[in-house]
Amino acid sequence: MTALAKTKTPAFDVAKIRTDFPILSRTVHGKPLVYLDSAASAQKPQAVIDAITRAYTQDYANVHRGAYYLSETSTAAYEAAREKVRAFINAKSLSEVVFTKGATEAINLVAATYGRKFLKAGDEIVLTAVEHHSNIVPWQLLRDAVGCELKIVPVNLDGSIDVAEFAKVIGPRTKLVAIAHVSNVLGTVLPVREIADLAHAAGAKIILDGCQGIVHQHVDVQALGCDFYVFSGHKLYGPTGIGVLWARAELLDAMPPYQGGGDMIDSVTFAKTTWAPAPAKFEAGTPPIVQAIGLGAAIDYLNSIDRAAAAAHEDTLLRYAMTSLAQIPGMKLIGTARHKAAVQSFVMEGAHPHDLATVLDRSGVCVRAGHHCAQPLMEILGVSATTRASFAIYNTMDEVDALVTALRRAQEVLL
Amino acid sequence: MNAAAPMSDDLRTLYQEIILDHGKNPRNAHLIAEHTCKAQGNNPMCGDRVTVTAKVAQDQVQDIGFEGKGCAISIASASMMTDALKGQSLETAEKLFAAVQELCTGKSDATQIKTRFGADFETTVERLASLSGVSQFPVRVKCATLPWHALMSCLQGNGETTTEKP
Repeated sequence: MTALAKTKTPAFDVAKIRTDFPILSRTVHGKPLVYLDSAASAQKPQAVIDAITRAYTQDYANVHRGAYYLSETSTAAYEAAREKVRAFINAKSLSEVVFTKGATEAINLVAATYGRKFLKAGDEIVLTAVEHHSNIVPWQLLRDAVGCELKIVPVNLDGSIDVAEFAKVIGPRTKLVAIAHVSNVLGTVLPVREIADLAHAAGAKIILDGCQGIVHQHVDVQALGCDFYVFSGHKLYGPTGIGVLWARAELLDAMPPYQGGGDMIDSVTFAKTTWAPAPAKFEAGTPPIVQAIGLGAAIDYLNSIDRAAAAAHEDTLLRYAMTSLAQIPGMKLIGTARHKAAVQSFVMEGAHPHDLATVLDRSGVCVRAGHHCAQPLMEILGVSATTRASFAIYNTMDEVDALVTALRRAQEVLL
Repeated sequence: MNAAAPMSDDLRTLYQEIILDHGKNPRNAHLIAEHTCKAQGNNPMCGDRVTVTAKVAQDQVQDIGFEGKGCAISIASASMMTDALKGQSLETAEKLFAAVQELCTGKSDATQIKTRFGADFETTVERLASLSGVSQFPVRVKCATLPWHALMSCLQGNGETTTEKP
């Protein structure tokens, strides 16, 4: 790689960042780990690991229950995590932040509560062709339950999506627009503000699957103009088992509970139960306490670094990867939209993605191969699978080189 | 290039010449028009699919062909499977299915399987044993066994199967 590329984004000290992630110093099959699958799940900084360990070793008890010291500290830490999320996404109030076990559960929650209460036969839900299965299947379940219809906004061959296409599909019957903020396969950043305006003009609500979006850019839910925003903790350098549903307060107020159980009630008699207000209404049972605390620590960590510089660093990695990959014979990049995050899918002539991933693994390079939980998109793209490299704040230009070298070597093995 | 990093032995075993050959130039890669049974195998984890058709009469696989989308391992496995099965009895088909499963999971090696099947099957077993490289790659075992699961489903008239079956 060129000296110029190496000296880019001097404001961002990736070597320093890498020391924050202990797993990055391990080897795989005797080779240094080159982790390029952060879009599936990101590695964890020591600060997150420490927060989890501290919670279990020092401060652990159930939340919202016991009138004793440890329960108070545990509750305080859990609710402090909620405040960290609130500030991170600029939600108006704490009651708008619901903890779930992940983004998938958050979407299912909206479909099962808002969807079942407010959608009926003949209503339409607008999705895009690039959606993850988790933003397709919950709506199909809702469709089968209430008889609404799903309308699909097409994707261009380069992975971009035209706002004009939304204008064609969104109509008077549209009640909900459910779309990715950033495509997990193509990296495309959707023009969500404009789409939100179209949805609202039609009297519809809009839910954004922010799993990839919040990872690569600062998210201000109020500025985005959406009604629901969901994301997972584990893609944001936090633990698994924790996700967030943000929704406007008036929507959460109008929605029925998702699950019944402890912690979500106001009062219970065998004749009638009244619900606690949001967010408790949607958090039945013992919540993922330590996972929420871990997510809070991940947010603290992200707040401690220069996120704009991190985003610029990721973009530099992406552009360098796109240029380098394109030089490999038989390479076809999938997802080349102008506005995109640091996710790059590709196919290589004569080498199936699974075979590539296996060979790359022996070089210590971790990439995702398969349909990326987006089978409808694969069909549109005319491929059964792709290989995907995704870049995070801790990846380096040298790792892009390692990917390219490993791919060339894979060609020697497979072709 | 990259002379400093020679290919590891297990990669060489996995992607040996015969696998790459069958992966790139699969034999019997077509559906049998006058088939008596047909089944599809899916690997929901990766999206790989294979459809197996066979013409069975007098308990014998008279013709067999497949259509599939998948990695080199799954296509090579399907190709070698159809080569091995043509003209064989249903009983032999079941025995070979079991043998391939054992080879792919490392439960038996080629010598053990050869002893079981005898001299008549030496070439067939040797060829199928080339799939045993996947035993060093646990996540790839399903790639090699997918066509065989589809085959059993086909011969037993079950229509569809997935690698997620126990």
